[in-house]
Amino acid sequence: MKVSLFITCLSDAIFPRVGEAMVRLLANYGVTLEFPRVQTCCGQPAYNSGYWKEARESARTILDAFEDSDFVISPSGSCTGMLHHYTKLFESDPVMLKRAEALRAKSYEFTQFLVQVLGVTDVGATFSRKVTYHPSCHGSRILGVKDEPMQLMKNVRGMELVPLPFAEDCCGFGGTFAVKMADISGAMVTEKADHVLETEAEVLVGLDMACLMNIAGNLHYRGEPVRVMHLAELLYEGVKGA
Amino acid sequence: MSGGKSGATVKARAELALNDEFLRKAVRFTTERLRNGKKKASEEHGNWEEWRERGRQIRLHTIAHLDYYLNTFVENARANGVHVHFADTAQEAVELTLDIAEHVGARSVVKSKSMVSEELHLNHALESIGVEAIETDLGEYIIQLAGEMPSHIVIPAIHKNRYQIAELLSKEAGYELPPDTTALAGFVRKKLREKFLEADIGMTGCNFAIAETGSMVLFENEGNARMVTTVPKTQITLMGMERIIPSWEDLEVMATLLPRSATGQKLTMYMSGITGPKRTADGDGPEEMHIIIVDNGRSLQLGDPEFQELLNCIRCGACLNACPVYRHIGGHAYGSTYSGPIGAVLTPSLNKNIAEWDDIANASSLCGACYEACPVKIPLHDMLVYLRRRKVESGNGNKLEGMGMQGFATAMSSSKVMGGLLRMGKLGQKLVVRDGFIRTKLGPLKGWNTYRVTPSLPKKSFRDQWATLDQELKAELREMPTAMRERMEQKAREQRESKDGGGHGHG
Repeated sequence: MKVSLFITCLSDAIFPRVGEAMVRLLANYGVTLEFPRVQTCCGQPAYNSGYWKEARESARTILDAFEDSDFVISPSGSCTGMLHHYTKLFESDPVMLKRAEALRAKSYEFTQFLVQVLGVTDVGATFSRKVTYHPSCHGSRILGVKDEPMQLMKNVRGMELVPLPFAEDCCGFGGTFAVKMADISGAMVTEKADHVLETEAEVLVGLDMACLMNIAGNLHYRGEPVRVMHLAELLYEGVKGA
Repeated sequence: MSGGKSGATVKARAELALNDEFLRKAVRFTTERLRNGKKKASEEHGNWEEWRERGRQIRLHTIAHLDYYLNTFVENARANGVHVHFADTAQEAVELTLDIAEHVGARSVVKSKSMVSEELHLNHALESIGVEAIETDLGEYIIQLAGEMPSHIVIPAIHKNRYQIAELLSKEAGYELPPDTTALAGFVRKKLREKFLEADIGMTGCNFAIAETGSMVLFENEGNARMVTTVPKTQITLMGMERIIPSWEDLEVMATLLPRSATGQKLTMYMSGITGPKRTADGDGPEEMHIIIVDNGRSLQLGDPEFQELLNCIRCGACLNACPVYRHIGGHAYGSTYSGPIGAVLTPSLNKNIAEWDDIANASSLCGACYEACPVKIPLHDMLVYLRRRKVESGNGNKLEGMGMQGFATAMSSSKVMGGLLRMGKLGQKLVVRDGFIRTKLGPLKGWNTYRVTPSLPKKSFRDQWATLDQELKAELREMPTAMRERMEQKAREQRESKDGGGHGHG
């Protein structure tokens, strides 16, 4: 069976440690990932800004890259969610639509794959820290990833998981929104970081590096030492150290 | 709709709100209360998702057969003795209202519960022919005194705190009122009581119009809508053409969804069903009753597969209360009668001229909280994207952004070009990286770095590391447990067989 890694731009270019943690964690279960080098961006910045012609260019590259895969796994709910939108991009093109539907059926966000496909809810990790969790909007709302990370985190030994106030509120990233509506986005991320600080957690964990880069960016700007991690990193670190 | 009262663009208007601590605090306070109320009420309901779907189906069905149900409603309302009028445009609706006012020789109109009349800017029109128009909902009364537009669909004065309200009402009273909610409401109650008794016309909106009996239904908490519909001799109801539901049985579903979604109440304090003017046996009620059915851009959405569901909206305001953008900028920043996520979609959709849309559709992070909150599941976050796309495809997009997106498409159509750009970035960042972060506020980083730091690019990207990592992992690979392998194979089979393309989640 061919399990492919859809690394996503941010984890490829800026946070390779997230991809590495994910790959290593999955290797523990005998999952060998294949990495199609031709993959690029999912096209979400263009899609969300209304540039669907340009988004289709990206989508074609991704569809080609994962044509033969049985499973496509990514460390981002938002980018995986974008793969689901390909059915809208190619609504009036029956050939491409079929390919888009096939990709949609086999694409998983990382925790979805672990829990739904592999049936793993306890990776055997120990992580003795106070942690809070930000559920990213696209992962939780477009993909419906809500229980999976909770199940995985509940089974981490030694970890104190404290609820994040207003957890379901968007962090203000929103792709080009953060640039186009910088001050609104700034107000949103500032409030999100305030809530993180309110929990007095040592670690903020999430499933989407875009949101985490946004919140971490604000925390670091304010000189706050909260560590910001992708859940794959936390789990891998917890397994390695256990 | 670029002509907001204060500031020409959503950015400029948002800026005003972001710098207004009173406003932000007031909006946060009330939206939180409403949002928590809704959450509690829908949890207590126990079967919320199923009823949400019921509500959606009723609205979908009604709008799909709107001509039929409108016709049934009008026939029944006329049989009840109601004068029914149709207005294609805001202008026509205003003219119809003024005609009625002149024909009954009205000097004053008391109003309640009508966003449509805000949409028509009716108060100014009435005043222009010498008819006094008095808003009687407490919130509406406050913003009328302040000379403002509503900043929320159900809580029009949400942006004001009680001190600001006390100041406004004291001016009206001619003496100082304490900033105490009971005292303030008491003053307004007394004041409005006189107005109800004097008024020649009572004017309301309509939450639902019941086709099978030609009735209209109003939900309210203050009791003023009931006064408005029973005391004056003439009654005018303004309703959007999409307010119809087929039957009283359908109202049960809507009455379950609307108050819970709007305020977290199981039912509002008053729910009035009005079927025609006063009959001989009735103790009270208007002698003459008019219903004006307003189109004003609504039929533009009929038959448009991307926007028809907008007509399903029941104006509960839950999307505003859930919206993290609205939370920070309030309603006036949207520059129109309808604000929040529904306003950001509705306003451009009601107005045909794409070129004149300003960037309200851009004032969203597309987080989907609006969709999640909506009692009839309108996919507002998708519609915001469709609006952006229509603007771009009609040639009205931002030129610079368009060029950027073309560049993006070129870069993303090939991993080689993307890799080249990344290498350039790594070289370029050497000028600005300090301790692993970029802090410069120059150029395109200004907006981002005003509130954050930017992480720098590491020496090796993931793809640069892959060959080594892959080799290492393959060398020490474990075997997958049989049960897990079988589970995976089963999933893969299901995926291939799924006819609708499967997908995990709704999107």
